[in-house]
Amino acid sequence: MPSRTVVVASEVGLHARPAATFTRAAAASGIPVRLQVAGGEPVDAASMLAVMTLGVGHGQEVVLSAEGERSEEVLDSLAALLGKP
Amino acid sequence: MTSTVSPAGVLTGRGVSPGVVSAPVVRLGPPVSTSPDDPVGADPAVERERVAAALAEVADDLAGRAERAGGVAADVLFATSAMAADPALLGAAGAELDRGAPTGHAVTLAVRGFCERLRAHGGYLAERAADLRDVGERVVAVLSGQPMPGVPAPGHPVVLVATDLSPADTAGLAGGDVVGLLTEQGGPTSHTAILARALGLPAVVGCAGAGALAPGTPVRLDGTTGTVEIDPPEPGDRGHEVDDGAGQSSPSLEPGPGRTADGHPVPLLTNVGSGPDALAAAATDSEGVGLLRTELLFLDRAVRPSVDEQARIYAAVLAAFGERPVVVRTLDAGSDKPLAFLPLGPEDNPALGVRGLRTSGANPGVLDEQLAALAMAAAGTGRTPSVMAPMVSTAQEAAAFAEAAHRHGLTRVGVMVEVPSAALRAAELFEVVDFVSIGTNDLGQYVMAADRACGPLGHLLDPWQPALLDLVAMVGAAGAAAGKPVGVCGEAAADPLLATVLVGLGATSLSTAAGARAHVRAALAAVGMPVCRERAAAARSARGPDEARAAAAAVGPDAVGRREGAG
Repeated sequence: MPSRTVVVASEVGLHARPAATFTRAAAASGIPVRLQVAGGEPVDAASMLAVMTLGVGHGQEVVLSAEGERSEEVLDSLAALLGKP
Repeated sequence: MTSTVSPAGVLTGRGVSPGVVSAPVVRLGPPVSTSPDDPVGADPAVERERVAAALAEVADDLAGRAERAGGVAADVLFATSAMAADPALLGAAGAELDRGAPTGHAVTLAVRGFCERLRAHGGYLAERAADLRDVGERVVAVLSGQPMPGVPAPGHPVVLVATDLSPADTAGLAGGDVVGLLTEQGGPTSHTAILARALGLPAVVGCAGAGALAPGTPVRLDGTTGTVEIDPPEPGDRGHEVDDGAGQSSPSLEPGPGRTADGHPVPLLTNVGSGPDALAAAATDSEGVGLLRTELLFLDRAVRPSVDEQARIYAAVLAAFGERPVVVRTLDAGSDKPLAFLPLGPEDNPALGVRGLRTSGANPGVLDEQLAALAMAAAGTGRTPSVMAPMVSTAQEAAAFAEAAHRHGLTRVGVMVEVPSAALRAAELFEVVDFVSIGTNDLGQYVMAADRACGPLGHLLDPWQPALLDLVAMVGAAGAAAGKPVGVCGEAAADPLLATVLVGLGATSLSTAAGARAHVRAALAAVGMPVCRERAAAARSARGPDEARAAAAAVGPDAVGRREGAG
């Protein structure tokens, strides 16, 4: 399955507005995207509550994965979003 | 567990937004409750569609409020809207429907499950549970065709009591009847706290007994000490912004500039905490901004705001006030005002720790960016803002700050006088800065060695403490000798009688919450400068705050009609 490993650049990780922006973008992609932290279960990247409760901090590595049409393109744009400070 | 409240008791919570108000309490409209015994819909698939539509309606409504709110509230509402749009929430509610739950209750159960998970994380995430619960209550209201829960507007000043407040609740508070907030739950980073500070509304959170207050009970809420006096004996008699809240009309209060009866101008400025706040103040007869609390623009921000974004916010304020002065205070983080993007670590004694200007030691970039943004805003609008640093202890710190500000091209530079050392050596400060602004709340806590958050020490924190007045007098004298302005931006300036005393002590401008200005203006207009000075001398010769208040009130031909609150 196509995937991307990204270091989260947001200063306090994926909370509040950065998480909302990310989950909305994941939902808007139209394909199921998963987000996973090392040693954790993958969660639905479009789920604000799931993403928030992962408690991803600044500088933490996460893995994005998706399958299907346009998955490479979607993963690239979501990875870019997470990589933006 | 039921707790009862004696008719004249005192409740204690955590003061998270300073200010004192007296008004009757009103409860947040109770949410529509759901029960497992409610009627069950015939087809779970149909009910799931209804829930999906209700969630989408709530998400859209919150997103729309986010767009209209701006500032801190916008971020909060945007994040809450994303929770409502979360497919996992719909999934969980759908699973409850499949198990045979009534429609509304399925939403309640789904929300409850996620709230428990958020609470299990503690801290910031746990406090988001209130946001999610609000989403659930809104969805249930939509499903049952009832209005969404909201803030009551009885037409007179009230203290709003709630279990906890959601961003959507608090976002609707600006300009309404609510003059204070009191919640049973919540901590210093809860939305109640953040938005109360942004709106300048006194607030007490984590007050266990608040739920037992009957609607209409008069209270005197102190957002500094965290105390809530029930049925206060003399409501409206201690110089706060609100009278007794019973809805009587105010005495006729003329708008216009602040001046004493003998024509001595005392600009009456406004303390503002956010963009929308500042814009609201600009539309009034406020003579400028005496304190723009920049940290409040950023309290709920996970990420440090960019220079461009800050510049836009400052430029909007500068443009709105036009020719009127605007004093921008650099980030006053630390202690009671934690910032997510400026991690300072825990401190045993936060009021005496790394806060205010002191935070720039380890994070010089934050101050530099702020000064750069303000310089950009100044250039873009053609205005000349004043900039000042909080928590300055020495003239050397003041000089370093002035140098940094000058480096960015900012020409009017000042410092806050909140630390007694700064007041004692005020003459040295004036050698390196253009103005000072006295923060009486902090100056009071430091000179009396009484933590502002310590309820039982409230009497030591009384702004009428003669020792505090002595320090103000020293700063006033130093300012007069240097020919430079001395502002007061603490709550003391909002007490009309004390305002005349401060002017007598040498204050050249007073900055208050918007609501206090009319009463302060009227008090100044009633007396000439000699009376202000005489009152100041009388207050300083007293041995305690009650005596000082009485002594000042006894001076002047206009006979300030205040009862003495001693005894």
